Amino acid sequence: MAVKTDPEEKLYERLDRALKKYKGKPGVLIAALQEAQEIFGYLPRKVMIQVANRLTIPLSEVYSVVSFYSLFSTVPTGKHRLEVCLGTACYVQGAEELLRELQDLCGTEPGKSAPESPFSISTTRCVGACGAAPIVKIGEELHGEMTPEKLPSLLEELVKE
Amino acid sequence: MSTLLGELTRERVRPETEHRLLVCGGIPCSSKGCREVKESLDDELRRRGIAAEIPVEIVGCIGDCSLGPAIIVYPEGILYQKLTPDDARTIVREHLVGGRVVEALLHRDPRSDEILRQRETMPFYCGQTRLVLRNCGVISAHIDDYLKYRGYAALARALTEMSPQEVIGEVKASGLRGRGGGGFPTGRKWKLVRETPADEKFVICNADEGDPGAFMDRNILEGDPHSIIEGMLIAGYATGARRGYIYVRAEYPIAVHRCREAIRQARRKKLLGENILEKGFSFDLEIRTGAGAFVCGEETALISSLHGTRGDPEPRPPFPAQKGLWGKPTLINNVETLANIPLIILHGAGRFVELGPEGSPGTKVFALAGKVRHTGLVEVPLGTTLRQIIYDIGGGIPGDKRFKAAQTGGPSGGCLGEESLDRPMDYDSLRRAGSIIGSGGLIVMDEDSCMVDLARFYLDFNQDESCGKCTPCRIGSKRMLELLQGITGGRGEEGDLERLEQLALLMKNSSLCGLGRTAPNPLLSTLRIFRDEYLAHIRERRCPAGACRALSRQQGSTEEGTRAEAETVDR
Ligand SMILES: Cc1cc2nc3c(=O)[nH]c(=O)nc-3n(C[C@H](O)[C@H](O)[C@H](O)COP(=O)(O)O)c2cc1C
Ligand code: FES
Repeated sequence: MAVKTDPEEKLYERLDRALKKYKGKPGVLIAALQEAQEIFGYLPRKVMIQVANRLTIPLSEVYSVVSFYSLFSTVPTGKHRLEVCLGTACYVQGAEELLRELQDLCGTEPGKSAPESPFSISTTRCVGACGAAPIVKIGEELHGEMTPEKLPSLLEELVKE
Repeated sequence: MSTLLGELTRERVRPETEHRLLVCGGIPCSSKGCREVKESLDDELRRRGIAAEIPVEIVGCIGDCSLGPAIIVYPEGILYQKLTPDDARTIVREHLVGGRVVEALLHRDPRSDEILRQRETMPFYCGQTRLVLRNCGVISAHIDDYLKYRGYAALARALTEMSPQEVIGEVKASGLRGRGGGGFPTGRKWKLVRETPADEKFVICNADEGDPGAFMDRNILEGDPHSIIEGMLIAGYATGARRGYIYVRAEYPIAVHRCREAIRQARRKKLLGENILEKGFSFDLEIRTGAGAFVCGEETALISSLHGTRGDPEPRPPFPAQKGLWGKPTLINNVETLANIPLIILHGAGRFVELGPEGSPGTKVFALAGKVRHTGLVEVPLGTTLRQIIYDIGGGIPGDKRFKAAQTGGPSGGCLGEESLDRPMDYDSLRRAGSIIGSGGLIVMDEDSCMVDLARFYLDFNQDESCGKCTPCRIGSKRMLELLQGITGGRGEEGDLERLEQLALLMKNSSLCGLGRTAPNPLLSTLRIFRDEYLAHIRERRCPAGACRALSRQQGSTEEGTRAEAETVDR
């Protein structure tokens, strides 16, 4: 707390430390990017460049991996990450209805970064809780047997926290 | 003889004699508040000063997700269901302190109105043959528990009494077929890896579980991770591999955590590492996580992903068994396939083939979900009928609605209609019906589900997940999706169905990997069984199930009206 450093600079230092263990090893790009995303919350261009440089991998290859896997995001996410499961079990139990309602309530939609909204919405394909479908995932928490009616109070609670 | 080996070769499943609480920590229960229930149990036990005597353990999925949050109280094996934190306090006060079972919190069978105390007496369970799921919801994921239930005894048997060839012989004799979707004979694959000469070989556990709507692999990884490690160890011994990887999808963080813990425990007991059980066999394991790409469940794409690149599939042959990870012979097996291995080695192939029909021996775990009363994992001998699974075990369709179809095999599979209710569920019989067992996803749909929209849903999925490497899949899936969006959006035209069929055939025959080759299946099977429903969408601008928002349910709405509506709603 006492020493004041640019928080962003600190993140890049952390990234550098994290990347050390991957250097020179084969097959580590995905793991390295996962760790980078954990540090920054998403993967801005500058971070991808740093990963490419440190691992001596062409930036084009880093980008091709980032764009391939849906888990990597190149846009920042809102404070509260809401994910609607659109796997089959959830879909059959009305997940699309949930998604529509959630978009209306939050005023944003999947893949969009809406700086004015505290929420970002994304969709996922089955979180493995099909027995309690439909599922809305908030951060790391799963909420089962969701209904459009339950959504407003859920969001209210989030904002309160 | 090492002391651990001595212990492992002894028969020992200890009956439950002490009070012990198992809290279902399966994901559906977690999503309904099982953690709060556990906290409340812990708290009340502490308050009464009996926390030290009565352990509370989180276990893998107990089974029937519709009853969650659920707990089991040992030694009686009483199952309490749909609990709130307050209910948890009541159970401590009444049952554990007072010795009186709390009737109000037991499950009441809606059909017979009978109160059912033990999980084993419930129709959902007694219709099942839980072998692969033997430990799920019964023991914790800790190695000590696994050892108590004859864990690693199969490994001990393989290392002490059997040559690698004999292990492969036993697996071959069992007739076990891959549970990951392809149904390839496991023993044959092992033999191929064994017989391909190389200085290094690998074993990979495919835990990518890509079918959205399947969750059996997740449950095994979370509830019984040691059975997978044991299966992989035996596979390594048989094939001559010394290294293994578990490739888990990133959406399963708890599974990753449990597996990491399990690997650590196994290393500490020297069941992983050098010179295991002092038999000269060495093997170790690592976990790798995916990053959200369905195609990575396909074995060649999975290997690309393990190489750290885009998960692009490669043409086969060469098969991974010949040329896989880093160009070396690589055995890839699914989680459930591997979980069967210790059972086969311990009890013998003879016992295994007693279950299921010829050509499809053993059990299969189905992930029962959708419009059915009891959802959850159902393990039955292959060859059990759809009716038995949905009605006897699953309790039928809620709200007295009519069964319409069951979808099996996920995005690569197809639908089974009413006429298939009495069809035995096994590899060959489902293939004849135009579907596949796949990884075991089983989604039930009732009269309110629209089959055209379901086909659109799966094509949307496959189009989205297509890696784009080959043209038939990249463009074909896109064009098919557009046609289906047109039909569900009220813009279908005469000839659309024929165009779809043509595209489907093209994709099936010319795509590079299984994703593209099977992507048209959900469409083709619904088209075969529910062609009238497609035609109603196109000719009458009507969705008989009332699910497509751009279309009316009733007949007779003017074309103009639907068109206008379609334009506003279509995305
Ligand atoms: C598009 C596609 C997705 C697949 N996804 C999975 C999966 O998620 N899990 C799995 O075990 N097998 C999956 N497979 C099958 C694997 O390619 C491979 O056959 C399987 O892992 C072999 O293991 P088994 O013989 O034990 O079934 C998929 C295949 C295709 C074509
Ligand atoms: S389909 Fe949503 S959790 Fe499986």
